[in-house]
Amino acid sequence: MAEMLLPSLVDGLLLGFVFGIAAMGLSLIWGVMNVINLSHGPIIALGMFGVYLSFTHLGLNPYLALILVAIGGLLVGVLIYAVAVHRVLNAPHLSTLLATFAVNMIIIGLGTAAFTVSPYNVDFTLGSLTLGPIRVPLSRLAAALAALMVTGVLYLFLNRSRPGKYIRAVANNRAAAELMGIPSARVLALSFGLGTMLAAIAGGLIATFFPFTILSGGGYELRSFVIVVLGGLGNPLGALFGGLILGTLEGVIPVFTVTTWVPVFEFVLFVLLLLVRPTGLFGRRR
Amino acid sequence: MRHILLKAVILLAVAALGLSACAQPTAAPEPTEAPPPPAQATSEEPVATAEAMLEPVTLTLGFTSSLTGSQNVASVRQNNGLALLINQINDAGGFQVGESTLVSFDSVTYDDESNKDRVQELYTRLATEDNADFMISPYSSGLADAAAVIAEQYGKIMITTGAASDSTYMLGYTGVYQTYTPASRYLVGSVDQLLSLDPSLTKVALVHENDKFSTDVVTAAKDYAEAQGLEVVLFEGYDTGTADFGPFINKIVAAAPDALLGGGHFADGEIFARQLSEKGVSLKYISLLVAPPEPDFAQLGEAAFGIIGPSQWEPQAEYSPEAAAAAGVEWFGPTVTEFVDAYVAAFNEEPSYHSAGGYAAGLILQKAMIDAGTSDPEALKAALDAMDILTFYGRITFNTTAEAHGLQIGHSMVYIQWQKDAAGALEKQVVWPPEGATADAIYPIR
Repeated sequence: MAEMLLPSLVDGLLLGFVFGIAAMGLSLIWGVMNVINLSHGPIIALGMFGVYLSFTHLGLNPYLALILVAIGGLLVGVLIYAVAVHRVLNAPHLSTLLATFAVNMIIIGLGTAAFTVSPYNVDFTLGSLTLGPIRVPLSRLAAALAALMVTGVLYLFLNRSRPGKYIRAVANNRAAAELMGIPSARVLALSFGLGTMLAAIAGGLIATFFPFTILSGGGYELRSFVIVVLGGLGNPLGALFGGLILGTLEGVIPVFTVTTWVPVFEFVLFVLLLLVRPTGLFGRRR
Repeated sequence: MRHILLKAVILLAVAALGLSACAQPTAAPEPTEAPPPPAQATSEEPVATAEAMLEPVTLTLGFTSSLTGSQNVASVRQNNGLALLINQINDAGGFQVGESTLVSFDSVTYDDESNKDRVQELYTRLATEDNADFMISPYSSGLADAAAVIAEQYGKIMITTGAASDSTYMLGYTGVYQTYTPASRYLVGSVDQLLSLDPSLTKVALVHENDKFSTDVVTAAKDYAEAQGLEVVLFEGYDTGTADFGPFINKIVAAAPDALLGGGHFADGEIFARQLSEKGVSLKYISLLVAPPEPDFAQLGEAAFGIIGPSQWEPQAEYSPEAAAAAGVEWFGPTVTEFVDAYVAAFNEEPSYHSAGGYAAGLILQKAMIDAGTSDPEALKAALDAMDILTFYGRITFNTTAEAHGLQIGHSMVYIQWQKDAAGALEKQVVWPPEGATADAIYPIR
């Protein structure tokens, strides 16, 4: 058992970085505008297909294709905000849930019509790296490094750039931000777009080492919910740490029991956190 | 607020209506070129005669295919094989049944989306609205199980193909007949081959997709392996749709088996093989279900090298009219070469065993009608019960006991391995059983 732990831990951590990026998107949107984005999963799937189509039709390296996927994710998010979210933002939560759920169904419907539910695969490999008893597929290592880079860029953007400061101001107090001349509607649209951009990037990274269908985003969306509760709603960096925790659990639990028990443990943890510490391990009290 | 909610509900309803309107029956896929009718090497001629007194009758075959979903790859090939037979029969004007009937086939088919619930809905529709005369199963044991219930309920004869699970034929059905070698015998040959290659080998790992077919296969393989004195160091299943085999592979590495047997279907088998290679797992022998015999498996490149797969049929198979004569069994249908050439001409690709199974299912039905001299279901059942023939696909004969009626007992598996030709390109070779082998097995592979 001991000889399984280290490789499992490494696998789980590497995967956790990508889970964390996906969850950061969900957490950012919640933190800024109190909206739970139920279209998060299909946008992850769109990111997967973005990389796939760029690789197969444009011949782009999947990691370069992530730039296109990021831009596409940002634009899709701004569009979703403008069409589905903006007008129900001040309505009760049920309205925003319904609105984003409707977007979820639209994306899945269109995606199924375009791609069916057959599995797809980005046939691209970077080989493996052997470090003692551990052999790591380089695509997972690359994904983890990309996730770290995205996290760093996001941190700098939120803390050192003017739009980033606007986002933090609106998240803190929208009315006061408007009084200071900050165009809150545009800032909210940008925030939503950033959230979906992160989801799309996560999907693109996942596509470099796992097969996927248009429905694959659902599983990662569920994980994102667990992670944002772990890391704290509205705390993107907390979401990254939450991703690492969940990834570690997914890697390590199978060492001790059958792999089919992993979701059971994950969601028991989810429920316990909601009961004991609903603001999450790193969340702010509201 | 209320009007926003109302708008949202209306939008959802319109979307739901639009999606439900998209469900349409699909026409049976046409081959790209009309294949030539195969030369029949038997005294029975299942092609049209020129006699003017024959009454043309069109019988409807009803079936679903997984044109989308996880079973897509194998199902499309199965569908192609069946479509080839139907087109050959129809292009020849039909085949004579009895004294006065010239039978040709029509088909009604739908996309079952690899979904069991859809299979049940669609086979009910085939039986009650489309008035299918006979049914062919969808691909995969799980879906075939769902379809067989409906066929039996409505009294339709069903030839299953792409479905190896034994348990389907232990439910008391009288009109369901199996084309494939049963799951219980899928990996028996792998165990025999393993012990033949390395009598000193002691430890095997058995892993499987948590579905009916794969579980049946590895359960039988486990019993057989242990009966042969092997130690099963890992016996575990993974959920259907698993994409990350990392934790699983770590367990396999920790268990330190010499050989790995099992798997599931094409999608997961392909990913499993890829991730085994990425992790550099050192195994002497790997035998995976379903995926390796598919030509698409070669897309894995080096990850495919050395992988063995049990196959219901391969183009290198040695079945022939001469072999039938030597075995004292009747030969029926095209030769292996005729089938392969016709399939390649029609679909511009090499046939897999899924393709051969689809064709064989239609061939079985055709032969049963010729033997019975009628399309009456009860007479056909008697003909199927009495059937013992050799075809390009192998021997066909059915269990007729009440406990396992319709179970295939004549057909045997062959085992292929991906090796490299002189130019270094991947190619399949039959490596077991010895009497059918086209090359020696590579062992150990890593």
